[in-house]
Amino acid sequence: MSLEIVGITVLWIFLYGYLIVASIDFGAGFFAFYGRIKGKEHTLNVLISRYLSPVWEVTNVFFVFFFVGLVGFFPDAAYYYGTALLLPGSIAIILLAIRGSFYAFGNYGSKDNIVYLFLYGATGLLIPASLSTALTISEGGFLEEQGDKVVFLARELFTSPYSWSVVVLSIVSVLFISATFLTYYANRAGDMDSREELRKFSLFWSPPTILASLLVFVSLREHNPEHFTSAIDIWWMFALSLVCFLGASLFIYRRKHHGLAFTLVMLQFFFAFFGYGASHLPYILKPFITIETGVTNPTMGMALVIVFIAGLLLLIPSLYLLMRLFLFDADYVKGNK
Amino acid sequence: MVLDSVILSRMLTSTTLAFHIIFATIGVGVPVMISIAEFMGIKRNDPHYLLLARRWARGFTITVAVGVVTGTAIGLQLSLLWPSFMQVAGQVIALPLFMETFAFFFEAIFLGIYLYTWDRFKNKWIHWLLTIPVMIGSSASALFITTVNAFMNTPQGFELKDGKAIEIDPIAAMLNPATPTKVFHVLTTAYLTSALILAAITAFAILRKKGGDYHKKALRLTMVSALIFAFATAIAGDLSAKFLAEYQPEKLAAAEWHFETEENADLIVFGTLDENNEVHNEIRLPGFLSFLAGSSFDTEVIGLNEFPEDERPPLWVHYLFDLMVSIGFYSIFIAAAYILFWKWKKRNEWNKPLLWGIVASGPLAMLAIEFGWIYAEVGRQPWILRGYMKVAEAATKADGVGLTFALFVGLYVLLGILCVVVLIKMFKNRPAEAELEQRFPKKAS
Repeated sequence: MSLEIVGITVLWIFLYGYLIVASIDFGAGFFAFYGRIKGKEHTLNVLISRYLSPVWEVTNVFFVFFFVGLVGFFPDAAYYYGTALLLPGSIAIILLAIRGSFYAFGNYGSKDNIVYLFLYGATGLLIPASLSTALTISEGGFLEEQGDKVVFLARELFTSPYSWSVVVLSIVSVLFISATFLTYYANRAGDMDSREELRKFSLFWSPPTILASLLVFVSLREHNPEHFTSAIDIWWMFALSLVCFLGASLFIYRRKHHGLAFTLVMLQFFFAFFGYGASHLPYILKPFITIETGVTNPTMGMALVIVFIAGLLLLIPSLYLLMRLFLFDADYVKGNK
Repeated sequence: MVLDSVILSRMLTSTTLAFHIIFATIGVGVPVMISIAEFMGIKRNDPHYLLLARRWARGFTITVAVGVVTGTAIGLQLSLLWPSFMQVAGQVIALPLFMETFAFFFEAIFLGIYLYTWDRFKNKWIHWLLTIPVMIGSSASALFITTVNAFMNTPQGFELKDGKAIEIDPIAAMLNPATPTKVFHVLTTAYLTSALILAAITAFAILRKKGGDYHKKALRLTMVSALIFAFATAIAGDLSAKFLAEYQPEKLAAAEWHFETEENADLIVFGTLDENNEVHNEIRLPGFLSFLAGSSFDTEVIGLNEFPEDERPPLWVHYLFDLMVSIGFYSIFIAAAYILFWKWKKRNEWNKPLLWGIVASGPLAMLAIEFGWIYAEVGRQPWILRGYMKVAEAATKADGVGLTFALFVGLYVLLGILCVVVLIKMFKNRPAEAELEQRFPKKAS
């Protein structure tokens, strides 16, 4: 396998990891705020906080990992995205900063502060929307090189049906992924009130997830026909994704196999996300960077791959330990520890 | 001064870093102090120390959160504000940046475990063992990110051809001449500053008549640690000066207002500079700059006049250098004084002036961190990559830097204020004595 394929695969795995863990986190913020408004905090919020407290910092690392890796493997991306995304990127950072620190302020400091909780919940929906812009831009048509300047065509972005369909998909997916995970977590905790509440959320957000995905496909055909054709070539990836989605929804509807249901949701997004990524190639950022032209120097690439493997050997057991202690430990989940 | 993209990018980067290093320093140093306290607590079976570790850890979570989010900000700002720099240097420094996120990841996982498993293991040592990966993670991320900064000061491990880096040797770039002294200095000062800040809080509590045995033990622990770290800092600082004399003479010369290359060069402490670069009102230590640069009064120290005028750093860094060093000496003095008073039984180690001196040492140490970093960064102006790329060539060409700057300043003001408010609230409503009684009821009575 060539260096650039290894590089982009590593990055894509991390982005996928971020997609899952961050969706749970972002959605949880929204549900926690909802729980407070509806006066259900003693069930919902206790549950959510028990899951989030030990892992929130880890979630953030997946994101840092992705962009550091992107700049490392594809330094040209730093130049194009960096110049173009100054404002939208900064706004995303500020939202992330507010969210992360307010989580800590609210959770460890002032437990009853509704403003902290509101900001935490609201940013949870704004961040996926703003981060998804980077993916939208990669389709081409939103950046222009004028002399030695890279200009971001904000107006094009705001009026593009494609970009809006991606925003809708990102928000809906966040709520869907989060709800299915928390349903599973509530079920493990034996917290039936929360489970029923969250099950409703899962089912509520399930049809929009599929509708939004279809919308993205339709608008992609208009925006970037080339990408659309490549996606059709690997239609089976998206078909598998749909099958996983149907399985997950069925299990949740019948209140059965909640763990398996969430695994299917993860697979649903795995196939869709890797199908999207594979059909996006060879472009990293159309038309400026392809994986061949943008890739780093081979010595550095090799060094990164070695460190990556060494790092995984360190991280996988640690992550396993974290999950053993907080996710799969029935006593902790139930609140006995 | 014109507020163009270059100036605004510099302003935003320095604001972010100045804010971030407060939390980064605490993030590197406090885990060490928590680990020591918990170790003592288990070893001596003393609930005071165990409570100390717990309370420090609880406050630490708030500072970690702000450290994480501002660290994410600076990570992304590197590409947003300095895209041309990252396009070139990204090829060479991607490795340590990548390794830093691994270290950060490792720390994040074990910190999460540590904070939520206080009463979970029968064997107390298992919980204490969790502090080791946290310390390794936080110190290793400081190490890796410092190699990146060291590389910007003494770049090596690549060649620049037509604006592209070629012949890259990632390891050589990481292990550049500035790396050892910088890493040593960064780590020791982070440990020192954290120990002094915790000591300052404790001394303040004692002055407010809230201090019992718990606070007295805390102060002794932090002051002994501070003295050890202060000596290590002094050694690191001395090695750094010798490094500068050899590899970055213009930075040392700017800090010392040293214009003519000469042997037996004088060390200038404070003073003022007139328009002809004549020094007035200074304290002059004859020959000591040579001694600082090479441990001998005969060492030749290169002066600023050897450098073209457009490659000289601004001369005001002298004051920052002097303030940093003065605070460093003050830390040794105050820690040593406290320990002398404590060991010398006839003296009262809890006297007011001494305690106020300790209260001052915490914020002063943090100021020294800021001064030191400003000196280190401004001292390499006009270069972003010394000898290769000037700052002006590296800044973004995008519009909107001014607006971005305003947004971030707003964010940091908000985070700074709330962080302090939340921390004060956290401890004010729960005094240590009450918590001790509640958590360790039998032993405390």
